Amino acid sequence: MTTIDYRQDFPILKTRVNDEPLTYLDNAATSQKPQAVIDAMADFYANGNANVHRGVYTLAAQATDRYEAVRDQVAQLLNAARREEVFFTRSTTDSLNWVVQTYGEQFVSAGDEIVVAVMEHHSNLVPWQQLAIRKGATLKYVGLQPDGQLDLEDARKQITAKTKIVAVTQASNVLGVTNPIKTLARLAHAQHAVLVVDGAQAVAHMPVDVQALDADFYAFSAHKVYGPTGVGVLYGKYALLEQLTPAQFGGEMISDVDWQTTEFAAIPERFEAGTPNVCGVIGLGAALTYLQRVGFATVQTIEKRLTAQLLDGLTQMPGITVYGPQTVADHGPVVAFNVENVHGHDVATGLDLAGVEVRAGHHCAQPLMRYLHVSATVRASVGFYNNEADVERFLTALKSVKEFFES
Amino acid sequence: MSLLRLKALYQTVILEHAQAPHHFGTVPDAQTVTLHNPTCGDEINVQMVIQDHQIKQIAFTGSGCTISQASASIMTDVLAGQPVAVAQQRIANFSTLITGDTLTADEQHALGDAAVLATVAEFPTRIKCATLAWHAADQLLTMGDDADGRTK
Repeated sequence: MTTIDYRQDFPILKTRVNDEPLTYLDNAATSQKPQAVIDAMADFYANGNANVHRGVYTLAAQATDRYEAVRDQVAQLLNAARREEVFFTRSTTDSLNWVVQTYGEQFVSAGDEIVVAVMEHHSNLVPWQQLAIRKGATLKYVGLQPDGQLDLEDARKQITAKTKIVAVTQASNVLGVTNPIKTLARLAHAQHAVLVVDGAQAVAHMPVDVQALDADFYAFSAHKVYGPTGVGVLYGKYALLEQLTPAQFGGEMISDVDWQTTEFAAIPERFEAGTPNVCGVIGLGAALTYLQRVGFATVQTIEKRLTAQLLDGLTQMPGITVYGPQTVADHGPVVAFNVENVHGHDVATGLDLAGVEVRAGHHCAQPLMRYLHVSATVRASVGFYNNEADVERFLTALKSVKEFFES
Repeated sequence: MSLLRLKALYQTVILEHAQAPHHFGTVPDAQTVTLHNPTCGDEINVQMVIQDHQIKQIAFTGSGCTISQASASIMTDVLAGQPVAVAQQRIANFSTLITGDTLTADEQHALGDAAVLATVAEFPTRIKCATLAWHAADQLLTMGDDADGRTK
């Protein structure tokens, strides 16, 4: 199998960085964009731009149709029971904050518990932490097994009759593990709590079925699934959405406004106040069409092979510590590591000089860094458009950087 | 890869300071300021005893990358024993240097080993690593020798 064809779809992969070919291994931060997405967005502004949901003229109706068609696409992608369960935000962070400001504000009281995992990204942690402070609730953490997988035994202890919300990531942005969402849903629902899932690191890499997972809320970002920045998705079970008061008010979300009262629009418009990121949503639609054409079977075959190559290369190199599972069977396309006695930022600067772009730092997961007793790690993350030569260049550059700092 | 550019950033004197930092540790009864670099988790704690408008003692602790540790170590050499006004001028000069502007020969000489950090200007993403300790020192000097409380 070859990935050459896919690489040609991504114009940025032809650029050079520091006089070296771009080796982009920071897909967990954001994915690059295929020409199909760039074209769809340029075409919208060149030929189709109008505001949605309000104009009676043809162009506005067409823009609305294109925007709403993406809602259908996302509903199908996630296997939502109905299209109204999907609405657009500006990011995963925005989606998660939305759940906090609606469900959290309405249903969490003093003495209640909110349970998260220690591996959470700050976006699925700080909003809950601040809600807990506001409400006098308790924020509890589910720990890890020694290999970095979520500790389900601990989850069984932490999720209690007092728990109102369990919020976990489906796939870790540091450890590369995928969490047992179905089991967590059962544990949460047995205590009448809701399960909020951060899907930011999952949707580009695996098929997601929110009904099979039994997730109550599910959030992800367009920019990590080959779409543009500035668009997030939130899925919520309809029966829950019906109970929620909007967190934002204004245009688009009303059906009738009187002097002193307002009747809100139906779901999902009720939750999309103001002009949405129409072009961005259309870009997301093009990205999902592209991704589904490639197919998750191909995506997973390529990413698994590259992850194995990454893990093999790193674990065989002396003085390297890999965090999370060491075997590819338990590993998503994200590998975090450290070089003995060399700070992650120094490693990343060295790699950058070789055109190899990786992330170094705390990856917006400082509690996890504390849990692992490290201040920072280096993270390489692959997408299906990467190839063996990318991983090879990364490993060769890493060896040189390591030797430089050891000498 | 461009080992030459790597060598330009990580000159021997920088690597030496990072490996065996000067004035690393704590000073009793000092005023302290701790600063973080939120993008990477670097932490630097600078301590000073200032009496009669002069830095009598200086030390630092913390953890972070080679650049941040080396820069802190170099800074303690450059500021130790200096009158507050001189120290403030050197911090300002370091800021000028690290953002790519030139200094007079005398100003550069006064910065000692810090002059080699000038190459950091070519690595914009690393400038914050180099300036963290100097910002902490600047805050301590602004607090001056009138302050009787400690800052954390």
